[in-house]
Amino acid sequence: MTMVPHALPPVPDVGGPAQPLLKVDGLTKHFPVRGTGFFAPKLVARAVDGVSFSIAKGETLGVVGESGCGKSTTARLLMRLIEPDAGEMVFDGELVGEELGIRDLRRRMQMVFQDSYASLNPRLIIADSLAFAPTVHGIPHAEAMAAAAELLEQVGLDPKAVLGRYPHQLSGGQRQRINIARALALRPRLVILDEAVSALDKSVEAQVLNLLVDLKRRFDLTYVFISHDLNVVHYIADRAMVMYLGKVVEIGPVDRIYADPRHPYTRALFAARLSSDPERRSVAAALEGDPPNPINPPSGCRFRTRCPLAGEICAAHEPVVTDLGEGHSVACHLADPASGHSEASRHG
Amino acid sequence: MADTPLLSVSGLSVAFDTPRGTAKAVNGIDFGLDRGEILCLLGESGSGKSVTLRALMRLLPERRSKIGGRVTIEGEDLYALPERRVEDLRGKTVSMVFQDPMLAFDPVYTIGRQIAETILRHEAVSRAEADRRALELLEKVQIPSARRRLDAYPHEMSGGMRQRAMIALALACNPSILLADEPTTALDATVQMQVLLLLRRLQAETGMAVIMVTHDIGVAAETADRVAVMYAGRIVEQGTAAQVLKTPRHPYSVGLFASTVHAGLKHQRLDAIPGAPPDLTALPAGCAFAPRCPRREAACEVAPPPVTATADGRSVVCVSAAALARS
Repeated sequence: MTMVPHALPPVPDVGGPAQPLLKVDGLTKHFPVRGTGFFAPKLVARAVDGVSFSIAKGETLGVVGESGCGKSTTARLLMRLIEPDAGEMVFDGELVGEELGIRDLRRRMQMVFQDSYASLNPRLIIADSLAFAPTVHGIPHAEAMAAAAELLEQVGLDPKAVLGRYPHQLSGGQRQRINIARALALRPRLVILDEAVSALDKSVEAQVLNLLVDLKRRFDLTYVFISHDLNVVHYIADRAMVMYLGKVVEIGPVDRIYADPRHPYTRALFAARLSSDPERRSVAAALEGDPPNPINPPSGCRFRTRCPLAGEICAAHEPVVTDLGEGHSVACHLADPASGHSEASRHG
Repeated sequence: MADTPLLSVSGLSVAFDTPRGTAKAVNGIDFGLDRGEILCLLGESGSGKSVTLRALMRLLPERRSKIGGRVTIEGEDLYALPERRVEDLRGKTVSMVFQDPMLAFDPVYTIGRQIAETILRHEAVSRAEADRRALELLEKVQIPSARRRLDAYPHEMSGGMRQRAMIALALACNPSILLADEPTTALDATVQMQVLLLLRRLQAETGMAVIMVTHDIGVAAETADRVAVMYAGRIVEQGTAAQVLKTPRHPYSVGLFASTVHAGLKHQRLDAIPGAPPDLTALPAGCAFAPRCPRREAACEVAPPPVTATADGRSVVCVSAAALARS
């Protein structure tokens, strides 16, 4: 297979392999919520509340959590599709917004969304959708069109059959391949995949996952892979980050987290996976109730209202992040011997 | 009553007129449903599973769809009944739970009112009695502070609570058949498990039969007594949940289960089924799965394969069915 012509050359590496590709510190986004009346108190949804993590070059960070946990808002903040209220982002050593402008950030970082149809302009043929961003970034139109054809081959589509079509003439799987091709048109270093395979049928999902693994190697990519599907994250990610109500509750190497989850929420999430064996069915739900609303989240630890192990300390203080070694850390009083939780030693 | 089958479907076909031609959504399917049984229709989008479910309640737009074959419910021919009788049936004998309860509920009436209305439509009871039953139903589906929730509007409830309320509404008149169309697909993982366990418990308590439509093998494994795998409007394989899910025989079921990601597959290439499901307006003359099938033979492209039933009670629709049963 031929490589994409270097219409847009890949962005060179700056800090070497040891420097994280992306370092996020204290990322915060509170959305104002319309009150119930003129004199009603102003409410805010704490969608993302002090999220910090880093991503090494060439790795895949899986992000899991239920609706309202802030995983998609985090993705949009990383892309600067929305402005953070607080927090810093450093991309390969350059502070985003100061040393690295937003336009340059978006050359280095691209995103693929869940809804393959809504992501494409319905009035543009595929060739124009693929050539749009490179043209904006100063590539002559003819070159961008040639690059579009080669990108389609890279994602396993026949350019002749697809270039002149409109999005509605293609299947969901084909459209998602096109969204991936478009994300790669700028030769980014980091691709954020926000539930990018969730809407696909299982047989097509497997094809696209195989493609993502191939492309990562071929284009030397780093992925942020957001999904509610724990099996898919286990398959594709090197590290996993578990979020709950706008906070990171646990992060670490995927094999460690899946073998020995330490946060009670992570455990509950894993316990809620469906059995695939009709003779070994689940007998009890790990958690009661729905995830609470990010407007007025619980005090202290936000999981305490559903946590089977919650103690008094959990309502009083927010847990600190405890480093468990080997890059595994958890934000739970039980893991912190100094927290004062009555069962901290037993579970820690 | 006891010896008439609860539900029987024979040769059911559904085609829709679309601007691009006639879409053959369901192409001659047969199955039965016993009292107290949970049947899962498992398939991907466009396999015809939801259309089949709607056909069982005569919910398809009759002017735009061509429906063939026969559906009998408690011995009555559904498509021969006058509309008035079908309305009596809906919600009373057969009721349905949808994927999105926000669309299924009327947004301008309270949950309690909508449940009570359903009871009043079908049974000769007083308003007070209907209200009392509505409260009982919300308690039965484990909605906390049920009395207060009776006065809640659908938008005031969380997704999980709304789906519970939807189940309460469906069970209002003790139906003998509950049709559930992807009832937990839109829910979060921890809530999905709660709702599946609730459905299993309610089924056991009431003895109703359930047809569950799902694309998720896990949902089928957690709930089904029997599983029917659908592809391009046909049932390609049918049997007990253990038979179909643990030792699938049809090449499509085998491929579907192999391409489903699970923990043991890390660092391996996934066994994806090549290609995509066929266009329903231009189905091949033979087996619809043949173009993607690793066991394709010349015979597959000539005519749709026959149904092969085996001694253990399962059936496979494949020309290689006999060979697949031996392997």
